[in-house]
Amino acid sequence: MKFLCVECDRQMQFEERRLPGDGTLAAAFRCPTCGRVVALLTNPMETQLVASLGVKIGGTTIAPQPLETVRGMVTTGRDDAFEDGKGETGKGKGSPPAWSPEAQERLARVPGFVRGMVRRIYLDYAKDRGIAEITPAVMDTARSELGLEGM
Amino acid sequence: MTHLFAMPLNIRTYHELTEADRSGLADQIATQRRRVADRLAGVRRVVAVLSGKGGVGKSFVTAGLARELARSGRATGVLDADFNGPTIPALLSLPVARCTLHEDGIEPAVSVEGVRCFSMALLLEEGRPLAFRGPETEGHVWRETLEAATLREFLADVAWGALDELLVDLPPGVQRFQELVELLPAPPTVLAVTIPTPESRDAVRRALRAAAERKATLLGVVENMVGGPFAGSAADEIAAEFAIPVLARVPFHPGDGAWDHIISKLGSSL
Repeated sequence: MKFLCVECDRQMQFEERRLPGDGTLAAAFRCPTCGRVVALLTNPMETQLVASLGVKIGGTTIAPQPLETVRGMVTTGRDDAFEDGKGETGKGKGSPPAWSPEAQERLARVPGFVRGMVRRIYLDYAKDRGIAEITPAVMDTARSELGLEGM
Repeated sequence: MTHLFAMPLNIRTYHELTEADRSGLADQIATQRRRVADRLAGVRRVVAVLSGKGGVGKSFVTAGLARELARSGRATGVLDADFNGPTIPALLSLPVARCTLHEDGIEPAVSVEGVRCFSMALLLEEGRPLAFRGPETEGHVWRETLEAATLREFLADVAWGALDELLVDLPPGVQRFQELVELLPAPPTVLAVTIPTPESRDAVRRALRAAAERKATLLGVVENMVGGPFAGSAADEIAAEFAIPVLARVPFHPGDGAWDHIISKLGSSL
C-alpha cells in the first residue's frame, strides 16, 4: 500500500496513525513536496485484515512479543495459559517502573490471556522513556503511540 | 461530457514507487519470515503430516511416531497445526499447564518421552472453540489470515531448540500446508496418511499432488486402520502413482508394540 501525490509525482510519506477504538483505523500521509495530507480510513474488516497479517501501517514501534497475534486476537484463551519466566520484568536492567493503583486496576480488567503481554509492553514503554510510574494517562499515551488497539 | 476529452493522468505504478516508507510493510513481512527461519535454524527437518482427508488418523500417527522417535533418541517436536480441532497434547498425554514465556519465546510442553509440543489446545479454555476478536461480518476475509499468522507464530515464537524432526500435524485439506510452505525457508518433507478406502486414496492423491507442485519431498505414505472395517488398497495405489514407499501399515488395533515395528521401517527414511 503506497500513496502517490499525482500532482507532484512524489510518494507520500506516513505521518500519523490513529485508532479511535471502534475497530477502524486512520492513517495520514503527507506529500514531501507540496505538503498535502491525505487520510487512509479503513473499516473494521479492513483494519482486522491488516492486523491479521501481523503488520502495522506506519511501522512497528515495539519489539515483537512471543505469540503477539495469538494473544492479542484469541478471545477464548485460558486466563492462566501463560506465566512469565523467572526474572522477566520487561526489557533492560534496573528496577521496573511502578504501577499506580489506578493503572493496576485498569490492567486487572484486561483479559488474563493477554494481560501478561500488555503489562510487558507498558513496562517496556515506560522504561524506554524513563517513566518512573505507570498511570492511566501513561497507558493512554502508550496505547495511542504504539497503536495498541483494544489494549 | 467534458470527461471524454480529459487528458489521462500520468500515474506511476506501485513498483515504480521506490522511496523509503516508514510503514515498510514489505520489510515487516520479511522480518516475520526471518524470525521463522532463525527459529528453525536448529531443526534438521520439518515433516508435514497430511492427508487431505479428515478422520484418517493423522494426529494419531503423528503422536505415535513422535513418541517412538523420541524413545529412540531423536530430538523430536510436534507442532499441532489443527487449530480448530487440536488433539496432539491429549495423544501425547500432556497435562494442561501454564506455558512459560521468555522475552525470546515460549517454552514448548514436553511429553514423558521428551517430545516437545505446542498446540492451541494448551491455550484454549476447556471445551471452548477457537474464536478471534474482530468484526462479526465478513469474518471469512480475515479468519484464514489470522490462522496463517497463528501458524507463523507457532513456528517462530516457540523455543523449539535443536531438533532432528519437527512434525507438523496438519488439519484436513491442503490450505494449511500451502501456508506452511510459504512460511518455511525451504519446502518441508511430506508424510502422507491414508486409510485403505478409495475415498481416502482420492483425497490423499490430491493433497500429494499439491505437495509435489510446491516442490516438497514426498517421504512416503502410512496406511492407518488396516484390518478394520475399511476395505481397499489406497496406500499401494498412492505409492505406485507417486513412486514413494509405503512406510507402514498401522493395524486397526495397533497394540503397544506397533510403533517399534514402524520406527524400524521409517528409520532409513527419516
